Amino acid sequence: MRHTISVLVANKFGVLSRVSGLFSGRGFNIDSLTVAETQDPSVSRMTIVTRGDEQIIEQITKQLNKLVDVIKVSDLTGVNFIDRELVLIKVQATAENRAELLGIVDIFRCKVVDVSSRSYTLEATGDAGKIQAVIEILRPLGIKELVRTGKVAIGRDGRTG
Amino acid sequence: MKKSGAEILIESLVREKVKDIFGYPGGVVLDIFDRLFDSNIRLIFVRHEQGGVHAADGYARASGKPGVALVTSGPGATNTVTGIATAYMDSIPLVVLTGQVPTGMIGNDAFQEADIIGITRPCTKHSYLVRDVKDLARTIKEAFYVATTGRPGPVVIDLPKDMLQSRTEPHYPEKAHIPSYNPTYKGHIKQIRRAASMIAKAERPVILIGGGVIASNAAAEVQKLATHTQTPVASTLMGLGGFPGTHPLFLGMLGMHGTYRANMAVSDTDLIVALGARFDDRVTGKLDEFAPGAKILQVDIDPTSISKNVHAHLPVVGDVKNVLRDLLPHLKEIKTGWKSRHTPWLNQIREWQETYPLAYKQGKREIKPQFVIEKINEITGGDCIISTEVGQNQMWAAQYFKYTKPRTLLTSGGLGTMGYGFPAAIGAQVAFPDKLVIDIAGDGSIQMNIQEMMTAVQYRLPVKIAILNNQFLGMVRQWQQLFYNKRYSSTCLTCSPDFVKLAEAYGAVGLRATKPHEVVPTLEKAFSLPHPVLMDFRVSREENVYPMVPAGASIKNMLLA
Repeated sequence: MRHTISVLVANKFGVLSRVSGLFSGRGFNIDSLTVAETQDPSVSRMTIVTRGDEQIIEQITKQLNKLVDVIKVSDLTGVNFIDRELVLIKVQATAENRAELLGIVDIFRCKVVDVSSRSYTLEATGDAGKIQAVIEILRPLGIKELVRTGKVAIGRDGRTG
Repeated sequence: MKKSGAEILIESLVREKVKDIFGYPGGVVLDIFDRLFDSNIRLIFVRHEQGGVHAADGYARASGKPGVALVTSGPGATNTVTGIATAYMDSIPLVVLTGQVPTGMIGNDAFQEADIIGITRPCTKHSYLVRDVKDLARTIKEAFYVATTGRPGPVVIDLPKDMLQSRTEPHYPEKAHIPSYNPTYKGHIKQIRRAASMIAKAERPVILIGGGVIASNAAAEVQKLATHTQTPVASTLMGLGGFPGTHPLFLGMLGMHGTYRANMAVSDTDLIVALGARFDDRVTGKLDEFAPGAKILQVDIDPTSISKNVHAHLPVVGDVKNVLRDLLPHLKEIKTGWKSRHTPWLNQIREWQETYPLAYKQGKREIKPQFVIEKINEITGGDCIISTEVGQNQMWAAQYFKYTKPRTLLTSGGLGTMGYGFPAAIGAQVAFPDKLVIDIAGDGSIQMNIQEMMTAVQYRLPVKIAILNNQFLGMVRQWQQLFYNKRYSSTCLTCSPDFVKLAEAYGAVGLRATKPHEVVPTLEKAFSLPHPVLMDFRVSREENVYPMVPAGASIKNMLLA
């Protein structure tokens, strides 16, 4: 099962490699990983999307907690949380599909962030379901390039610290 | 007054009460060695960095104090990796100081540059690269704190040359303050109450001790628990010495080369009280068939060790010593008459013991390796520190020596590092100059760090080496005999040096015994000499370690001879 794990870490030299090394060294999967400073510049937040059965997820959270630079680990899966991802999609633009493209932009509340004679670059934000839907609907039009930020997540109503 | 990084480093080590360092010099650490020249810290100049880290590890295991190693950058640092990984697997507190090229050159493939922080990341508890000399004193404080607290482990501090030379006004913190690092020492009281009633309900319980019992100095508490509840005690390799090997409740080691009674007891028990043991594959054998009828009560300071391999029905996170101290009063409260309740179980165990005791046959012609170890045990009365190499020598040392006190067996349990035992013995001898320290070695392993003979001779460390010389890599040969149709590929060591002459070349004493009647006189002579002594015991070439559980089989399925 897919889990979204939120990890607060001390913003120190090498902390990202400690976390990613833990995953690779112990054979855990990473579907996505995002990391950036929080409101406190000495602390960073990582959002890790991973997969595994209950026992593996338990090991992942325990192993993360064991790292000296890790302050707090919360498995958001199963609790009430909001997640968002941002994706930039460069789509082939032709005379025939321009109207359809702009229709999709409108329906999914995407933004057109760059235009050239041959392509449109769209920005879409949303939860995993919406991002997947945008990608699927644009795929037949010809996606030339696609960049995703990976998921960020936050618990509702102080569910995570 | 401003001080150089090298001076601050030495002062910080003094404040951590470091008395001995195992080191090897080189370009970028010259400033440290220069300062050490005038300090009260003794630098034991080893002959290879790997030997240095193993020696620091042996020092730590024998004394309970953190071991310290100091090496230069690049190859000096990479040579420490096996030593660090050995300590990491066995949870041994080490602080390894590595030199590094100046900060401005890091990443430029400078001469003798290696990313040792990156290389050692998976085998250290934590590591530091000092990038500002103002952080140096705090970093050292933190490193010792992290290495020695919680589940102990090795910590690397990488020291760029310019950090050692630049100057600052030092500030030495009294305490380490790491908000993200808070090991759990006290067990949860509700869990402890549940543990007590679980133990009280059990009819065929077994206590399983591991290295955590040694690390938390909990041997006295374990003995109270075992004797009060009349519960037999099995030990992992790492737990040996955590319960007296001579005690009637002791079952011996369990697992791949465990005793018949220990493996049968663990397979038949209804409760395993695991204390600081992590259920390594060498202990459990086939996981699905391990202790099928047992509930598992697992006490460990490291939550990741709990339910990692074997599901724990009742986990208690905490320091073994603390948890047992809290547990014992509850046990005394809830029940009496432990002895009569456990009598049938203890009788069953005695029967197992009588059916298949550890055994070998010593004839008149060839020396049996087990015989050498039994004689070491007899002559010393168990009062010595034993280190081992890895392989048959290690298993026989685990089976046939009766460890009665903690910190008397130094062995690479997790990583299984050949070449560990001799430098570890040197480290233990540095910590305890007046104790008898014996490395039980094989003719293969001893050659992996033989260069440390020179260190032992130079510092007049009277370490004894007993080579059980079967002219084979015995354990690998045993597997080839049993599972590879006796095809002895690359395990024959008939092409080896004359160990007696080799010892003499280093300025140590070399002795040889080829007949059983020579064993005792050889040991007695070696133990009476105030020098490092290497004993070459020519033993039966194809003796096997039994019992043996084939890899992947249930620990109930033992080959017994």
